[in-house]
Amino acid sequence: MPEQYYPVLLAMGIAITMGIVILSLSWILGKIAGHQHGGLLKGTTVESGMPLLDVSHKRISIAFFLVAIDFIVFDLEAAFLYPWALILRDGGWQLFAAVMVFIFLILVGFAYVWIKGGLDLSLPARERRPVQTPRLS
Amino acid sequence: MNSGSPEIIATLVKYAVMFGVFINVAPIMNWVERRACAYIQDRPGPNRVGPLGLFQPLADAAKFMFKEDVTPAAADKLLYLMAPVLALLPAFTTFVIVPFGPDLTVGGRTIPLVVAPVDTGVLLFLALSSLAVYSLVLAGYASNNKFSLLGGIRASAQLISYELALTLSVLAVLLPVNSFRLSDIVAWQQAHVWNVIPQILGFFVFLVASFAETNRLPFDLPEAESELIAGFHTEYSAMRFAAFFQAEYTNMAALAALGVTLFFGGWSLPGVHLTGWLGAIVGLVTLVAKIGVCMAVFVWVRWTFPRFRYDQLMRLGWKVLLPLSILNLILVAAMTLAGWL
Repeated sequence: MPEQYYPVLLAMGIAITMGIVILSLSWILGKIAGHQHGGLLKGTTVESGMPLLDVSHKRISIAFFLVAIDFIVFDLEAAFLYPWALILRDGGWQLFAAVMVFIFLILVGFAYVWIKGGLDLSLPARERRPVQTPRLS
Repeated sequence: MNSGSPEIIATLVKYAVMFGVFINVAPIMNWVERRACAYIQDRPGPNRVGPLGLFQPLADAAKFMFKEDVTPAAADKLLYLMAPVLALLPAFTTFVIVPFGPDLTVGGRTIPLVVAPVDTGVLLFLALSSLAVYSLVLAGYASNNKFSLLGGIRASAQLISYELALTLSVLAVLLPVNSFRLSDIVAWQQAHVWNVIPQILGFFVFLVASFAETNRLPFDLPEAESELIAGFHTEYSAMRFAAFFQAEYTNMAALAALGVTLFFGGWSLPGVHLTGWLGAIVGLVTLVAKIGVCMAVFVWVRWTFPRFRYDQLMRLGWKVLLPLSILNLILVAAMTLAGWL
């Protein structure tokens, strides 16, 4: 029944409208109120008072990508478990056993990622090296 | 459902009630948090504007409105402007699924006291609340600042990691109920027992994961001041900066509402079965009071625990909470089938 989702759409519409209206109002009031000085320096990137030394978008640790891939794999499997909640009693112990096999297979993959170190964002202490700082010209 | 005009009016009234509750969360919490943190740190806190400093949030809001709205020259303009609005979107949408009272009969019509009585309630809640990731990542990316970018990336990794544990602990609640509707979950708890008692493990996982999902201390790594200036909102000023806080507090309240509905009986009180307008008012007050208690816990924890290190945070999420939530799921399923729940 799509009708029951109309209030959700209404809420989304109101949330976005509210955001746009408040932020535009703040922008206009900020323009009107008071003097706004500051030239090039005001628009520069915040670097705790230091001049900007290099680009902002640098290379990111591979660990974050691994986390993203792990999430996709395990979240898909969690999504497969959701329909089970609706037929748990109808399915009985037979279905329970089948789902346990499914969860066991997930856990095998999970154990593999764990042993391979895919869940560690930092290296173990004995493998750490001093960070190489780039030479600044 | 025949969508005649009485239903539309009823929906609008219910929406107005819930919106009224949730839009006031951020200003009130702003005051509560500053006063509570002051008391915990043994100092007075903001006490000048109005009685007990109660009008401080109004003064702050007025100040934010009149501040200059700076857009950094290096920023990706469109995404930079979009991010705060996107932060408000999930925050002000998720509460439509939370029931706040028993069915009300007005003029021969039965009105369920939930803004959107959808069959897929819990799924919709999880889907909408996951959208919060986008605003943080876009804010971090579009600011074109290395601290913002790191904050955005940390936010995305943290939110998706803890979402797994959150999803599985919520799933365990659904197992005995056989329904995704939050009102059915409340009805089940009225007939049996609050879920927190049989599912204390699941509640623990949910609690920790909800702290991480809302970027609250001890898991506020995306905006850790000591490492990242202010994280993903470093470059934001004026009302856009305030929008992120508004979204954060409203998200906290929405997650508290979900947690209360799943584990603490939602709007119901054990042994109290009121109907009609009295039941509706008592239900709403009960729900708001329970959310208030949860928010107080959020504040209390924030000013009590030190911040985690990022790799500790990910280790906790993946190596402790995820296995615990799977264990909890299996236990609850077995208990349900054995007829204990």
